[in-house]
Amino acid sequence: MLRTWRQRITITDIFIWLIGLAIAALVIWGTIATLQQGKYPGSVWLDLTIKGLALGGVYALIAMGYTMVYGILKMINFAHSEVFMSGPFTAVFVAIGLSKSGFLNKQPVISLALILLVSAGVSTLIAILLERICYRPLRNAPRLVPLITAIGASFFLQYVFRGFYGSGTYGYPDIKALDHSWTVGGIQIYATQVVVIIGAIVMMLILFGIVQWTKIGKAMRAVSEDKEASELMGINVDRIIVFTFGLGGASAGAAGILYTLLYPVVTFYMGFFPGIKAFTAAVLGGIGNVPGAFLGSLILGLLESVGPNLFLTGLGIPSPSQLKDAIAFIVLVLILIFRPTGILGERISKDKA
Amino acid sequence: MYKRLLIVISAVAILSMLLSACGTKASTYTCTDSIGCVKIGPTDPIHIAYMLVVAGPNAALGTDSRNGVEIAIDDAGGKILNHDIKFDGEDSACSADGGQAAATKLAADPTIIAVIGTSCSSEARAGEPLLSAAGFVTISPSNTAPDLTDPSSPNHYAGYFRTAHNDKIQGKAAAEFAYNFLHLTKAATIHDGSLYASSLVQVFADNFKQLGGTITLQTSVTIGQTDMSSVLADLASGSPELIYFPIFMPEGAFLIDQARTTPGLENTKLMVADGLYSPDVMNAAGASVEGVYVSSPVVQGAAYDTFVAKYTAKFGTAPINIFHAHAYDGFNIVKAAIEKVAVVETDGTIYIPRQALRDAMAATANFQGLTGVLTCNVSGDCANPIIGVYEYHTGAYPPILIWPTEYVK
Amino acid sequence: MKNKSSYWAKTLQNGLIGGGISLLLSVVGLVLAFGKTYIISGVLTMAQVFVLAPFLFEATQSIRQLPSKEPIKTLLVGGLTGLLGGAVLALFILINNFINIRSVLINVSPDLVNLLTFHLPLVAGLLALLGISLVVGLVAAGVFMLPDRIRGALSQAVMVVVLVGLFRDLIVTVILHWGWVQYAFLWIFAQSGLTIISALLLFALVGGLGYWSAGRNRKAIAANRTPRQQKVVRWGTLGVLGLIALLLPAILGSYFSEILDNVGIYILMGLGLNIVVGFAGLLDLGYVAFYAIGAYTLGMLTTSEAVGLLHLSFWVALPVALVVAVAAGVILGLPILRLRGDYLAIVTLGFGEIIRIVVLSDWLKPLLGGSEGIQRIGKPAIGGLVLANQQQLYYLILVCILIAGFIAIRLKDSHLGRSWMALREDEDVAEAMGINKVTTKLLAFAMGALFSGLGGVLFATKVGSIYPQSFSFIVSINILSLIIVGGMGSIPGVFVGGLALVGLPLLLSQFADFRYLIYGAVLVIMMLRKPEGLAPEARRRLELHEDDAGPGLQEELQTVTKNPGR
Repeated sequence: MLRTWRQRITITDIFIWLIGLAIAALVIWGTIATLQQGKYPGSVWLDLTIKGLALGGVYALIAMGYTMVYGILKMINFAHSEVFMSGPFTAVFVAIGLSKSGFLNKQPVISLALILLVSAGVSTLIAILLERICYRPLRNAPRLVPLITAIGASFFLQYVFRGFYGSGTYGYPDIKALDHSWTVGGIQIYATQVVVIIGAIVMMLILFGIVQWTKIGKAMRAVSEDKEASELMGINVDRIIVFTFGLGGASAGAAGILYTLLYPVVTFYMGFFPGIKAFTAAVLGGIGNVPGAFLGSLILGLLESVGPNLFLTGLGIPSPSQLKDAIAFIVLVLILIFRPTGILGERISKDKA
Repeated sequence: MYKRLLIVISAVAILSMLLSACGTKASTYTCTDSIGCVKIGPTDPIHIAYMLVVAGPNAALGTDSRNGVEIAIDDAGGKILNHDIKFDGEDSACSADGGQAAATKLAADPTIIAVIGTSCSSEARAGEPLLSAAGFVTISPSNTAPDLTDPSSPNHYAGYFRTAHNDKIQGKAAAEFAYNFLHLTKAATIHDGSLYASSLVQVFADNFKQLGGTITLQTSVTIGQTDMSSVLADLASGSPELIYFPIFMPEGAFLIDQARTTPGLENTKLMVADGLYSPDVMNAAGASVEGVYVSSPVVQGAAYDTFVAKYTAKFGTAPINIFHAHAYDGFNIVKAAIEKVAVVETDGTIYIPRQALRDAMAATANFQGLTGVLTCNVSGDCANPIIGVYEYHTGAYPPILIWPTEYVK
Repeated sequence: MKNKSSYWAKTLQNGLIGGGISLLLSVVGLVLAFGKTYIISGVLTMAQVFVLAPFLFEATQSIRQLPSKEPIKTLLVGGLTGLLGGAVLALFILINNFINIRSVLINVSPDLVNLLTFHLPLVAGLLALLGISLVVGLVAAGVFMLPDRIRGALSQAVMVVVLVGLFRDLIVTVILHWGWVQYAFLWIFAQSGLTIISALLLFALVGGLGYWSAGRNRKAIAANRTPRQQKVVRWGTLGVLGLIALLLPAILGSYFSEILDNVGIYILMGLGLNIVVGFAGLLDLGYVAFYAIGAYTLGMLTTSEAVGLLHLSFWVALPVALVVAVAAGVILGLPILRLRGDYLAIVTLGFGEIIRIVVLSDWLKPLLGGSEGIQRIGKPAIGGLVLANQQQLYYLILVCILIAGFIAIRLKDSHLGRSWMALREDEDVAEAMGINKVTTKLLAFAMGALFSGLGGVLFATKVGSIYPQSFSFIVSINILSLIIVGGMGSIPGVFVGGLALVGLPLLLSQFADFRYLIYGAVLVIMMLRKPEGLAPEARRRLELHEDDAGPGLQEELQTVTKNPGR
């Protein structure tokens, strides 16, 4: 063991580690300086943590779609951000209608279920159409080709939905039943945050359960391991792939509704940024791995909300939150330097590579 | 085969050249304009183009302005001086390169008389040199950067006008409102990295400090940001009495919504600018919108209500922001100027001298528009200098005018 | 029996798809927006083309799958497909009459309904719509019954007339640039679209030419040439192409020069990314970073504004910008040497975003201008001549492309090029064969950064001012799309891809709001039709026989590009 290690360590490796250590040192230094400054009381950090977790929960739900499709097809579904947009952008009309008729506040649970159903339905439909039209004909094409159809489809879908509903924004109505908040440890915790975090956990458990313990999940894993062999074993690969896309779409639609509980605005462009973030989170956690996507998303959410103030205030950098994405990406590089396949990603063994 | 074709083609070409030469009757009008005239034949349309951001993430901004112009064209019966109006244009992408590409294309079309645009100041900086050199008149519904109408700046070009408010006016008015009317002395600002917002907050901050106030923090968010907690925590640590964030949807709505749930900012006054004068803000921010101030031209009145009704009927949505009103006025100013300078021949041919058109635009005075009474100055600012400040109330749109007090009914 | 039912089912499906496409185009507002834009003045509007073309296309699809081309059956199938398409639209209009669809789908306005029902009363309008759809389907069938040679010429002619009418404005801006010669051509066009006469003339001309050229066997003619003649033809073509390339800005005017400049800058960057992704197989999603670094370095060094550092001239600043870009390429390359595939992709994406965010930040605003950007960037001057406008810069860009293209071609077959490809195929084997992974990978990044930095420099000097918004993730995606659409690893592919992907959106600029919608659809269709790219690697094509180049080529390419990250 020792000998192989010595063989593998080269000057570049040392250099890479030095870069990693330098970044880490900067992060730690910034953190200590910030905490010494004492600009923020402890409750602020707690508050930021809760909000970061809620944000991470939303990312997690979107990241599920990326990671599941990747697991099966080894392909980045770049149009997933538009799948995510289509659901809540459509369901907003249901929500507004229900709100106007007063039904929303009379029967919040039924209404929410209805909105969720519409959103998940539309997203699922879009995801399945996407697979059918843009990906299936290219299943045997070079690997980057579906990436391009995904990008094309992404443009197309954005502007189709803009054509449908216009370029303005729509607001989701307030749900009175979720207008609660609790004071815990000096900070306010809002019902919407709790719903989002619990929703994300439940969703993750369901998806994880489907993949791990159902028959179709077993088939999914089989297809992910070896498409040809599973076909020979009598698995209908097409059906499994459609199911995966549908599942990813449904979770994106559900994610959209949870997203609007926190950030109640929908536009035709709403998918782009969360899409990139969720994709990043999925890679951070180890792409193709459902719990990994969840973990990566929470870390990303926390980094975005806590990171700027924690790392940069002490360094005296103005407008730290402007740099939140830069921080997130730097930490991503840092993590990938030490774990090249993400936090929970499988280690690529030599023979597999 | 080729040879015969060639003969046919050249015969047709020569014939048509002869025909077109015969067709041009000796005109009674000789153009003496220093930068030339546009000749519009008896059946030709008057060509007015737009150069606005109508695609991409900022599409809402330009689409709304274009909708405003379309209503104005409908109101004019689709005609100026009995000629049809041809209204088409380019997406300018809210970037310097987009502005350059769009302006290059427009500048290549000599039939264009005026351009409604641009949406973003960066487009104007890159595109205006080309539009100006082509002899067009440009009138922008939403450029606010001060340098565009500053005669001492190299970014100022002849033929450029705008009905949007110079940041120097709107930023100053916001500062005066906060300091003199609300009697607040501690303010903070947020911009979103756009030229519009960063320039506006700077003017606000300078004026606010000059009046005697203190700026606790000048910070920013990014386009596409949803979770504002870190920036709001940063702001809360300075405990400002007012936060000024002249940005756009949806980030503006997220800030309004989340500021209310940030410890230390529950009672801080929030103020936004014309980019957030929109029913979308009401819908999106829900109950949190109560008491938010928004600066904007004084647009309320029967004329504006009629306009909104027409807009909704034509486009199927409520107006998206306030720049449609600026665009509507911009088109009408151009129309009035064309009618003033155009030379109409008996057969219906029109000549529009370009420099005279620019002069007529600059001479626009006391023009009754949707955004108030407009008077253009030589450097191109046409906006009514009166900025109103409105207050949003939950569930009631439009917001209520509260300042300047002499305009409050 | 089974076969019979299947083609009826197919017809039904095609009809519904045609109707669905028309409906989609109507509902997103495309149809109404071009309701008054004529292709043939007073006869045919763009809107009509958008509504009816899907019927025509689907009807031909239906007819194509027929086992035999009996006239009656062909007419029946074609007509039915068209009618079904019309029925979908008609049903939608009917429903809209009872439910206010517009409260959700904002473009379903009374104007749209009027347009689709030909401004007739509802029932009459619907019948007219159905009738016309039927006729369109029958026309498709009728065309199919003509001999192949006529049909080919006919469809070519229709296509050209529609395209010329569609791009009337663009063509006119070019013609207006031609001085007195313009009068020989301007009569072709009406205020909107072609005039009826010119449409007919054009139709006859293209149709005739098409019919005539279909009778010639080009291959036979080419084969009959002596080697000497072949050589003359080859060099002659090259010479003419070169001459055209030199004269293009003068012929086409400023807007096309603008398009060509943009295409050129992207081709330049595509050549660089082709080295990183196509040759070395390193999936880079943050290529925009070096573009931004090149542009900003030039901006900072040459701007005449206060924010500038040294106010250098363009030629002095250019090498500095390139060195900085290359250094950035190496510095980025180092920490990610061990990453593979999509992990590499996401880190490079992150790097691109970091650059943009940092450039935009208030933190470095005193240095980089933040949201105010950098203005008044220096223009290159040769002797006393300042290359100020797009026509003049075209030549500079052309020279840069020629140099970069030469470097790329030479690199491809060099020792280094082979090492890159070996790494792409299998990293571990390549390492075992004695290829130094570290320097080889870093060289790929450095070369990519060099070309991208040069692209940034040209961009900055062309626009004259730079803002952080111009350096978004979309740029990286565009360049990547360009090389894949062209054909991975293929140098001619970069040129074709650049024309298709950067030229197309600019050509489509008259569609304003809808250009990305059309662009997205074209991108998807292009990749579905030619997954190997528009101009796949020539060497690979030569290795195979010309006849079976189709599937064999695809297979070959698959094995090459399947896992570029590995």
